[in-house]
Amino acid sequence: MMVADVIFYLFATVTVLSALGVVGARNPVHSVLFLVLAFFSTAGLFVLMGAEFLAAILVMVYMGAVAILFLFVVMMLDVDFSMLRRESVRYLPMGFVVGAVMLAELGLMMAHHPGEGLHLGLDNTDNTLAIGQALYTRFLYPFEVASLILLVALIGAVALTHRERKRVHRQDISTQLARTKEDAVELRKVASGEGA
Amino acid sequence: MAEILNMVHELGEGLFGPLLWSLVWVVIKVVLLLAPVLFMVTYITLAERKVIGAMQVRPGPNRVGFFGVLQPLADAVKLIFKETILPEKADKSLFLLAPLLTLVPALLSWAVVPFSPELILADVNVGILYILAISSLGAYGIIISGWASNSRYAFLGSMRSVAQMVSYEVSMGFTLIPVILITGSLSLVDVVEQQKDWWNIIPLAPMFFIYFISVVAETNRSPFDLPEAEPELVAGFFTEYSAMSSGLFFMGEYANIVLVSFLGALVFLGGWLPPLSILDFIPGIIWLGLKAGFLMFVFLWIRATFPRYRYDQLMRLGWKVFLPVSLFWIFLTGLVLQLTRGIGGE
Repeated sequence: MMVADVIFYLFATVTVLSALGVVGARNPVHSVLFLVLAFFSTAGLFVLMGAEFLAAILVMVYMGAVAILFLFVVMMLDVDFSMLRRESVRYLPMGFVVGAVMLAELGLMMAHHPGEGLHLGLDNTDNTLAIGQALYTRFLYPFEVASLILLVALIGAVALTHRERKRVHRQDISTQLARTKEDAVELRKVASGEGA
Repeated sequence: MAEILNMVHELGEGLFGPLLWSLVWVVIKVVLLLAPVLFMVTYITLAERKVIGAMQVRPGPNRVGFFGVLQPLADAVKLIFKETILPEKADKSLFLLAPLLTLVPALLSWAVVPFSPELILADVNVGILYILAISSLGAYGIIISGWASNSRYAFLGSMRSVAQMVSYEVSMGFTLIPVILITGSLSLVDVVEQQKDWWNIIPLAPMFFIYFISVVAETNRSPFDLPEAEPELVAGFFTEYSAMSSGLFFMGEYANIVLVSFLGALVFLGGWLPPLSILDFIPGIIWLGLKAGFLMFVFLWIRATFPRYRYDQLMRLGWKVFLPVSLFWIFLTGLVLQLTRGIGGE
């Protein structure tokens, strides 16, 4: 067995085990941390396939941003863990259905790509360049549409949750900077005993 | 330096046989890389106390060893032999894992840092991406420590710290994109070699300053050390940590400072290239050390100079000032390159 094979099985085992941990962990925070571990070992698998750009992006985006937000939310929520576990059994059949559908889809895809894998005719030595060229030439329109959809979702989320509160003091940097001595300070001479 | 390494490599291959030697060789290289890094991490603590002492007109530590040179060792001995206290209600395994998760990413990044064109552990062609990816993992140690401590101060401190790190990672990443555009490669060796004519700081001066301020914020250093903020949060996310477990957090912080100083020197200050070609006779590694050392000095200098920022001002600076400015510079760099070189042109 080659060294690369050993590393592959190591990463693959960790990925599968941590994926099981995501579902099985008693504490939601542990679940998210298992998810992070699954992301990381998947990134390792990507590197083994020579897709180091995808690996870096996976770590940066999913581990560096998405999972951190998950953690934020899960840590702040006040959830009754035992309640959550009792209820989760009810969703078991549904979970099996979703899993079966995904497995069937994967099988169909594999049947149509026998042993070929996803190649796109990319040169493995510099796949950052190759992905850039593919995204900005062949797939320019889908790429731009996807980014626009994300932008709309982003602005939509802010617009839906943002509300102006009347009694909150807001800091406006430009008005603060525009203040001068004349309109901020007033000097008065107050005679002794007459000041209020 | 590189010649000696090659000689040892050939000697060892003869002694052990190629397969076993390749494993031993990796271990040797990692030790050779990490030993100076950990040495710098240890001694930047002394440098910090000495430099700030000098700026505040006091001697700083001067009891242990001549001129206080053994102080870091004394500190290390003290940290190792103190008792590590585990809080009763802490999540024990995560509580102990968290300090390691801060230190390990800071050390992992060194794998792709070149000290000269040959002296590099792994010359991967996505070096900058690798560093950005690994440095984004540093936040986990902090968020886990805050949650696992099961303490309000620690939790608030870690929330602050992670929000700050995630925000400033964005602007730090964006300041490196113009450099990548100019170089046309993600390899750090290429980035330095491309600065032969002029250092990147000349065309990209604003990016360098944004980079430096961002990394000060990302390493949670003063004036952006809000996660610690001792008057309000006791000690922030490591309130509950004692002995070596808190020492590991500090080691992670200092390892990050050394790392971002080297990265700044490589990416913006020409790395191992001398400022004038007449000064070529001085080895490149000394130039790199001088430049990185200067940046580390600036870290300490601003700690002694500026008062702490307010949290909302910090967020405003990151998202509303640095982000638009660096995005504009990416656009500007792309435009200038398109007009002068016609990148990607037919």
